[in-house]
Amino acid sequence: MTDFIDIGHITDIPVQGARLVRTQRGDIAVFRTASGNFYAVDEYLEDKAGPLSNGIQHGEMVTDPMRNWVFDLATGEAQGADEGRVATYDLKIAEGRILLATAAIANQVAAE
Amino acid sequence: MTQKLIIIGAGMASGRALEQLLEADPNAYDVTLFNAEPRGNYNRIMLSPVLSGEKTYDEIVTHSAEWYEANGVTCRFGERVANVDRARKVVVAENGDELPYDKLLFGTGSNPFIIPMPGHDLEGVIAYRDLEDTELMMSMNDSNKVVVIGGGLLGLEAAAGMAARGVDVTVVHIMGHLMERQLDEAAGYLLRKALVDKGITVRCQANSKQILGENGKVRALQLDDGTELPCDLLVMAVGIRPNVKLAQDVGLAVGKGIHVDDQMLTSDADILAVGECVEHDGAIFGLVAPLYDQAKVAAQTLLNEHATFVQKEISTKLKVTGCDLFSAGDFAEGEDREDIVFRDPARGVYRRLVLKDNKIIGAVMYGDTADSNWFFGMIKDGTDIADMRETLIFGPAYQGGTPMDPLAAVAALPDDAEICGCNGISKGQIVAAINAGANTLDAVKATSKAGSSCGSCVGLVTQVLGITLGDEFKMPEKETVCKCTDQSHDDVRKLIIAKQLKSIPQIMQELDWNSPGGCHVCRPALNYYLVCAWPGEEVDDGKSRFINERVHANIQKDGTYSVVPRMLGGITTPNELRAIADAADKFNVPTVKVTGGQRIDLLGVKKEDLPAIWYDLGEAGMMSGQAYAKGLRTVKTCVGTDHCRFGTQDSTGLGIKIESEMWGAWSPHKFKLAVTGCPRNCAEATCKDLGIICVDSGYQILVGGAAGLDLLEAELLITVKTEQEAIDVSCAFYQLYREGAQYLHRPYKWIAKVGLDWVKEQVADDLENRAALAERFRYSQQFYQVDPWAERARKGVDAHEFTPLADFTKVAAE
Ligand SMILES: Cc1cc2nc3c(=O)[nH]c(=O)nc-3n(C[C@H](O)[C@H](O)[C@H](O)COP(=O)(O)OP(=O)(O)OC[C@H]3O[C@@H](n4cnc5c(N)ncnc54)[C@H](O)[C@@H]3O)c2cc1C
Repeated sequence: MTDFIDIGHITDIPVQGARLVRTQRGDIAVFRTASGNFYAVDEYLEDKAGPLSNGIQHGEMVTDPMRNWVFDLATGEAQGADEGRVATYDLKIAEGRILLATAAIANQVAAE
Repeated sequence: MTQKLIIIGAGMASGRALEQLLEADPNAYDVTLFNAEPRGNYNRIMLSPVLSGEKTYDEIVTHSAEWYEANGVTCRFGERVANVDRARKVVVAENGDELPYDKLLFGTGSNPFIIPMPGHDLEGVIAYRDLEDTELMMSMNDSNKVVVIGGGLLGLEAAAGMAARGVDVTVVHIMGHLMERQLDEAAGYLLRKALVDKGITVRCQANSKQILGENGKVRALQLDDGTELPCDLLVMAVGIRPNVKLAQDVGLAVGKGIHVDDQMLTSDADILAVGECVEHDGAIFGLVAPLYDQAKVAAQTLLNEHATFVQKEISTKLKVTGCDLFSAGDFAEGEDREDIVFRDPARGVYRRLVLKDNKIIGAVMYGDTADSNWFFGMIKDGTDIADMRETLIFGPAYQGGTPMDPLAAVAALPDDAEICGCNGISKGQIVAAINAGANTLDAVKATSKAGSSCGSCVGLVTQVLGITLGDEFKMPEKETVCKCTDQSHDDVRKLIIAKQLKSIPQIMQELDWNSPGGCHVCRPALNYYLVCAWPGEEVDDGKSRFINERVHANIQKDGTYSVVPRMLGGITTPNELRAIADAADKFNVPTVKVTGGQRIDLLGVKKEDLPAIWYDLGEAGMMSGQAYAKGLRTVKTCVGTDHCRFGTQDSTGLGIKIESEMWGAWSPHKFKLAVTGCPRNCAEATCKDLGIICVDSGYQILVGGAAGLDLLEAELLITVKTEQEAIDVSCAFYQLYREGAQYLHRPYKWIAKVGLDWVKEQVADDLENRAALAERFRYSQQFYQVDPWAERARKGVDAHEFTPLADFTKVAAE
C-alpha cells in the first residue's frame, strides 16, 4: 500500500494554478486544473525546463515559463517536438485534503 | 417452508431488487421491509421535479401501500433496524422486536455529507436527500433567501427548484466552475450563464467559513473572505457518504462502503447489500443506473441463480428545465487523447468528444443533447470511429453530411454591430454595400469605407463578404491567434467589443474556439484584450498571465527574481538609495545593477522574499517599477533646464509628469518613453516607443522607435507648443496603441501595419479624437494605477504565489 501525507487543502491551490512542495530531493510542483484534477510533478527537468510551478496551466498541461515546452501533467511527458519527461507522483484527494504519496519525499523517510 | 428475507431500507436499489425477486418467484420468500423514513419506496431522483413544482409527491411513489399488500410484503416503515445478531440470525428493531431471517439484504443508501463547520447544527441547515428536506425547501417563497453550498448535480437542482418558486438563491461553489466532475470549463460557463438567467446568483471559487445564526436559527453564510450571504435556509449539497454504520456495528467487512462481491454478497454469505451503501471492486456509487444492475444480480443470487454484477460507464444529465447537459466517461486531456470540439455560439451549444485510439472515451455536451445517447452508446461499446471522424461531432444525422460553418460567430452578429470603428460602419451597412454589388474587399472599402482606414477590421469585413456571398467568395488565408482558433487578433479584439465578451471562457464559446480551454499562446492575449476593453470590470485572470506579471517581478534563469522599484523620470533621493541598500543587505541580494531605464535593479531575490523586500521598499515610499510588464516601463529623461546649459525645457519635470500619469497601464507589449531637453538627445528619445524632444518652440513627439532586435528611428508624429499638449498627445497615442495593436506587437510593428499617416490623423489632426482617446486612457488608469507590490506586501494578495504549500526539507533536518 502506498502511504500518503497531507500537504494542504484543495483551495490552497488556485484553479489553473500551482504550489510548491519542498523536499530533500528537490521541489515538486502541485497543480490544480480547471477540471478539478490535481497533479504532482518535479519542478525542474534538469537543464531543460522549470520552474514549472511558474508556468501557465491549461487543459491538463503546463507550459514551461522559460522555454515554452509543454508538459502533460498526467504523464510528465514533454509534448510535440520536445523530448523529455518530468517525474510524476501519486496524489489523491480525500475530504478536501490533498494527499501526496510519501514516496515523493522518499529520501526523508529513508533517512529516519 | 418459505424462507424469511428481511430488507433494511426501502430505497431505490432495494425496491428494484424486491420487484425483480417477486417477479421471478413470488413465493420464494416471506419478506419484511424496514424503512427509517416513515413511508415506502419512492423515486428519489424525482424529488427535484417535485421541488420545482413540475410533479407531485404522489406521482413519484413507486410502491404504494396496495402494492406491498398485494405482494405480501410486511412493512415496518418509520422503523429503523437497530441491530443484527448474525450468530442467531435475528434482526433487532428499534422497539426491541426480534425477527429471525434466513437472508438479509442491506439497502441503507447513503448519508449526505455535512461539512462540520461552525454553525452546521443550526436550525435551517439541511441537506438534500429526502422528502422532508424537499418539503422544507418548498416552504420557501419570494420573500426568502436561500444559500446552497455545492455546485454539483444536487445543489443545482435544489437551487433551480427553489428559484422556480421565486426564492432568491445563491449557489456557493468551491471549485472554479460548476459541476467540475462532469463538465469542463466551457460547458460549466454555459451552465452558469443559464442559471444566472434564471435569477440564481453563482459564486465559484468561494470557500465557506462558517454559518452564522440568531436564536439557534441560521442567519447567514460567511465566506472566508468575510462576505456574508444572508439566508433563511441553508442547503448543503456537497456529497454523500455510504451509510455503513449498522453494517460496521455488526461486524461486516466495510471499507468506504459495505464490501460486496460480484454476486452482491457481503462478507457474511447470508447477507447481501445493494445500492449506495456498497463498495464493489473499490468503487462506490451515486447514480441509479448501476444500482439497478446490482438489484437484478442480488435478486438472482437470492434465488440461487448465478449472476454477475459488472460496472459500466455511467452518464449524467441535470434535471433542470432549460439546462440541457450531458456528460459521460473520461474527459481529461492527455497526450494520447484527442479532442473534437464543436461550438455553435448562436444557439449556445457546446460539444466535446475525447478520443483515444479511435474510440470515444468521454463526451461533454451542453445546449443540444439530442444525440447524447448515440455518443454514449459508442462509449459503452468502444465503437471504432475512424471512418466517421470528420463528421462525428455533428451526430448521427450528419454522417456523410457537411461540417459546420466557421463563420458562425460573425454570422451571429446583429446588423447594427459596429465593424469598422474608424468610420463607424455597421455590419448591416457592409451587407448593403455587398448586396449593391461590392463583391471584393476593395470594392467594399471603396463603397462603404469599411476597412479603409487602419485596416484592423478587414478580417471581419472579409468574413461578412464570405457570409453574404457564400461560395462565390473565396476566403483568403489569415494569420490566426494560435491553433485554438480560426480568428485573427484583430477579429478577436473587435468581436470582444461588438459582442460584449467579458471572460475568457465566454470568448472561447462565442468565438468558436476549437480547444476546450485555450493554450499558453491565446490565453495571455485574450486576457490583455479583456483588461484593455473593460477597465473597472473584474475581467483580469491572473492565471492567464505569464509568471512575471503574475508575481510582479522578473524571473531569472536560476528561478530567482529581479526587483526594480519605480523612479519617476529617473530621479531618486538619498533616502530611497539608503532603503535600496538596506534591502540589498537584508535579503542578500547578489547583484545590484543600474538599468538602461535609469533605475536600480536588485537581481537574485528569492521568490519567498519578494513580499518582504517590497514591504521594506514600500516603507521608503517606493512602488513597483513594472519592469516585468507588458505595459508602461520607464520615462527616461535628461536634466533639462534645471541644470544643463543647453536645456530648452524642463525635460525632467515633463518626464515625471508623464510617468505619473502612465504608470500601471497594461499594453500589448512593453512601452518605453524618453523626454530629452534639447536635440543633443542625451535621453535617447529617438529610439523609444514614444520620445519627446524639447526645442525652444515646444515639444517634438516621435513614435515607433526601436533599439532591440530591430533598430528603428522614431518618426515625428507632431510638434506641440505646451507641456499639457505633449502629455495629452502621449496619452492619446498610448491609448490608440493599447486599443488597436495585436498582443506582443511593439508600437513600431503596429504602425507598420496601420500606417503612420493613419496614426497622425487619429491623434495629431483630429483634436476631438485625441481628447477622447486621452479621456479613455485616464478613465482606465483609475483602475490600473494600483501598486501591485503594496497589495502583495501589505494586503496579502496572492499570498499563495510566494509560499510553498508544504516544506519537508526542514522536517528531515531535525
Ligand atoms: C434530489 C436527488 C436527485 C437525484 N437525481 C438523480 C438522477 O438524476 N440520476 C441518478 O442516477 N441518481 C440521482 N440521485 C441519486 C439516487 O437517488 C440514488 O443513487 C439512489 O436513491 C440510491 O438508492 P439506494 O437504494 O441505495 O438508497 P436510498 O434510495 O437512499 O434508500 C435508502 C433507504 O434506507 C433507509 N435506511 C437507512 N438505514 C436504515 C436502517 N438502519 N433501518 C431502516 N432503514 C434504513 C433510508 O431511510 C432510506 O430510505 C438523486 C438523489 C437525490 C437525493
